[in-house]
Amino acid sequence: MIGIGAVYVFAGLVFAVIALLSAGDSGNPKRWANTAFWGLFALSFLAGDYLGDFGNGLLVLAMVLIAGTVGLGIGKNQTTTVQQRGTSARLYRNKLFIPALTIPVVTLIGSFTFKHIALFNPAQITLVSLSIGVIVALLLARVLLKQPIPAAFQEGRKLLDLLGWASLLPQMLAALGAVFALAGVGQAIGGLAAQAIPGGSRFAAVAAYTIGMAAFTAIMGNAFAAFPVMTAGIGLPLIIAKFGGDAAVMTAIGMLSGFCGTLMTPMAANFNIVPAALLGLHDRYAVIKAQLPTAFLLLAANTVLMYALVFR
Amino acid sequence: MSLLPLLGVLVVVLGFAARLNPLLLVMAGAIVSGLASGLDFAGVISAFGKAFNDNRYVSVTWLVLPVIGALERAGLQERARDMIARIRGASVFSILCLYLLMRQSAAAIGLNSLGGQATMMRPLIAPMAEAAGEARLGALPEKLREDIRAQAAAAENVGWFFGEDVFVAIGSILLIKGFLEQNGISVEPLQLAVWSIPTAVLAFVIHATRLYVFDRRLVRASRTAPEGNRA
Repeated sequence: MIGIGAVYVFAGLVFAVIALLSAGDSGNPKRWANTAFWGLFALSFLAGDYLGDFGNGLLVLAMVLIAGTVGLGIGKNQTTTVQQRGTSARLYRNKLFIPALTIPVVTLIGSFTFKHIALFNPAQITLVSLSIGVIVALLLARVLLKQPIPAAFQEGRKLLDLLGWASLLPQMLAALGAVFALAGVGQAIGGLAAQAIPGGSRFAAVAAYTIGMAAFTAIMGNAFAAFPVMTAGIGLPLIIAKFGGDAAVMTAIGMLSGFCGTLMTPMAANFNIVPAALLGLHDRYAVIKAQLPTAFLLLAANTVLMYALVFR
Repeated sequence: MSLLPLLGVLVVVLGFAARLNPLLLVMAGAIVSGLASGLDFAGVISAFGKAFNDNRYVSVTWLVLPVIGALERAGLQERARDMIARIRGASVFSILCLYLLMRQSAAAIGLNSLGGQATMMRPLIAPMAEAAGEARLGALPEKLREDIRAQAAAAENVGWFFGEDVFVAIGSILLIKGFLEQNGISVEPLQLAVWSIPTAVLAFVIHATRLYVFDRRLVRASRTAPEGNRA
């Protein structure tokens, strides 16, 4: 069956190619750091299940030390000039959008249909569909737009070099969340939050829950990690048990208050830090700054909404 | 209950504030919290290694980058710009507000994959927003163009986050249902989705208003920008 294992092999091979291309790039002053970094990334995808927990720990430690102390360089690869791109854009016109939209469309169709096909493992079908979308789009770019496959990998390397350390951050933060959970960080924060609330007022309980969700989400980078802790610490005992609030209203708006926290934090790296790198912004917090006013206004609105609706 | 594991959180928060290398401080935060909770050093490294390996799927999204790169090599960004530059009256506000609406509506009916910072924002929507700004206001200085791109990325996030919970079968709705069931409370996913609608509407109104204000500020800033900064 085609499942996540096949996706990891595919990803490992792609990163291995990126490592090899980095090794051959004499224009990058840190080419060996890049080679080692992407090589270890490839190793993780190809052999992570055989390295053991401690082996994987050493692998990620090595990647962190390479990217954090030596630093990753930006490669020099041959690419098209702005003029060539303009000419090509006028030649291919809207054909350019076809491969671009192939990835989301194949991912979408695959997510709904592949699970009915025995060839595919229904678990994590989205990532399988995404990988198939990538392959189809690469072939379409070859056929429709005459883009050589090796050039695609060179361009992919250019974008990964642009991301640099940010490429590893989302996975690092996911792992940090797991270690925090193991260390009892959630219980410690939930306990503190529960102690900090005066039992008296309904509004205080609602505000503590919505703001607590946002703040804890900002710390963990993930509303899913904050939700069980804050709901067990504040939501269930106060808003529901003590004041008789409605569970559906409380949890729906509570989760969305957590999402306000996601907009505020560098811990949600794939939403907030990676785009800043992808879009070439000089301030790594520029996306967060663009979101902060919306996040605070919506958090206030959620608090009022919950107070108005939860005790109907 | 021990508060010592919170030291790791403190390391991470202070590190981000000081703009240290995020990879180093995430590792340091994990080590501090792990040691504070009683693990030994090898235990922390093993725990982190296991979690890192279990979360490899997070990095699978980078597989789209060779495709995006190949299409950009063929002129995708330029085509996106050309299209918008030809529409009279297009503005940063109209492009990003329309995208916000489409992203949020698509997410609300479960079409979550129609978007993304790498697949939609960088090659298509951000260049379109920049082109709309420059078509109306003339060449803009780099700082303002970066501001436009940051606003584009923000519209993607706001649209997605506050659209997806209106769909009944999304992960967060199922997480809520499962958690409440463990605590002896039964709710229907549809109830949760319905109670997500007021926030979804407010999110759109608030963010669209902010995009409008941003556009007005852009118009003013482009008038006062020194000529020398113009490309």
